[in-house]
Amino acid sequence: MDDILRDDPMDTLRLLDSTAPITHVDFGIPAAVLAEMTHRCPLQCPYCSNPVELERSSAELTTEEWKKVMTELAELGVLQFHFSGGEPTVRKDIVELVRHARAVGLYTNLITSAVMLTEAKVKELADAGLDHAQVSFQGAESGVADRIAGFKDAHKKKLQAAKWLKDAGLPLTVNAVMHRQNLHQLPDIIEMAVSLGASRLEVANVQYYGWALKNRAALMPTVEQLDATTKLVEESRERLKGKLVIDYVIPDYYAERPKKCMGGWGRQFFNISPSGKVLPCHAAESITGLEFDSVRGNKSIAWIWQNSDAFQKYRGTGWMPEPCKSCDFREIDWGGCRCQAFALTGDAGNTDPACHLSPLHDKIFKLAQTEAATDVREFKYRNYANATPKGGEAN
Amino acid sequence: MLGTAEAMTDERPPLTEASRPVLPRYARLHYDKVRQRHVLLVPERVLVPDDTAIEILQLCDGKRTIGDIVDLLAAKYVADRDLIGGDVIVMLEDLRGRDFLVVVEGD
Repeated sequence: MDDILRDDPMDTLRLLDSTAPITHVDFGIPAAVLAEMTHRCPLQCPYCSNPVELERSSAELTTEEWKKVMTELAELGVLQFHFSGGEPTVRKDIVELVRHARAVGLYTNLITSAVMLTEAKVKELADAGLDHAQVSFQGAESGVADRIAGFKDAHKKKLQAAKWLKDAGLPLTVNAVMHRQNLHQLPDIIEMAVSLGASRLEVANVQYYGWALKNRAALMPTVEQLDATTKLVEESRERLKGKLVIDYVIPDYYAERPKKCMGGWGRQFFNISPSGKVLPCHAAESITGLEFDSVRGNKSIAWIWQNSDAFQKYRGTGWMPEPCKSCDFREIDWGGCRCQAFALTGDAGNTDPACHLSPLHDKIFKLAQTEAATDVREFKYRNYANATPKGGEAN
Repeated sequence: MLGTAEAMTDERPPLTEASRPVLPRYARLHYDKVRQRHVLLVPERVLVPDDTAIEILQLCDGKRTIGDIVDLLAAKYVADRDLIGGDVIVMLEDLRGRDFLVVVEGD
């Protein structure tokens, strides 16, 4: 059987494979959509993928608005709906929304920190038709994990919740975001995933935009750490074949070639922000000067996907500068990551410095090595106090 | 859920004509109206079964045995029973190997 959501683990998301027949339509609607239900979260992970300008709860889509979005997505041909955040279970209507997603035929995935789950809530979610859960872990034991999460007893609560989810008959993915301060615990994280009965483990090295960029010096692994990790992942994959699938994402700064970010801008993926903006990537709002259409406007989601300025801007190859424009890989990596190009060069239309053909590549590699060699340990935690005020709103 | 699904182990016995297969709750056969085909929805993946696989999966209800399913298909297509039986088991073993199919225990 063809598999249209294939391994391309450059992020914590599965991306769509455009080579399979089902998606081989010009910018056909993606088979899966990520919904950031809220930016509220009890954890404060310093590498959070949310923007540094966090959305307040008052700006979030209402229950009825999310339901309307789900119905519209299902009618368009979206098949899977990822409930993400922030922490999606912060929303009081999460069970109702899962039930609605199932009622309109969507396959539902809860991407959660799990610290707010109770046994009763897990049962309610399962009864509402939840199909799959992905639980994040910050380390292999409380000492390291709770400090990174900035939340007391987070690790203990996660272990308990993962067990409840399994007991409710739900398949479990363990998501482990890795960096210099927890990579030494990866062997134990792998064993933990096995003992929790997870069917999949994502070993995702931090990608440096947004909050992670603020904390880069405290997070960047060394080349030696990375080499050891790659070896460990390869050995573990072989050893645990048929038991645990391990997806692995290396940090860009040490890569030779850029990742096919989001499967190519505006090609296979979009996400919806807490306030209803339709974004080509969850970090896209970090690129200043781009305007994003919202589901609250008078345009359909299909129109926004096909026609809106933000999606058109870096779609395809027409926008590319050299060396991308004449590169044989231009339709393989689609120029890498626009958010990273913006973060590191100030222009999202530049070549992603992760590519060895970028004039900035060597500088970026050395910067990573220099930062990895520092002994910076303190984090700038992800919370509303450390966030950039949104549109002049009081903080 | 129908019956009790057997736990996943590396040593589980191979599927036989007496096995009663069923999709687990997290693997859903879904008709995609937009693309006008059935898809199998599983965690973080969408599988695209061919017509034969779809027909077999629609018969996997946790009550029919693989033998029952093969009988139905052999009668419908007036085809060689052994040949169909082999193909059905290969397809279902592949899905079970990826945990997208389970077997109901007991009678």
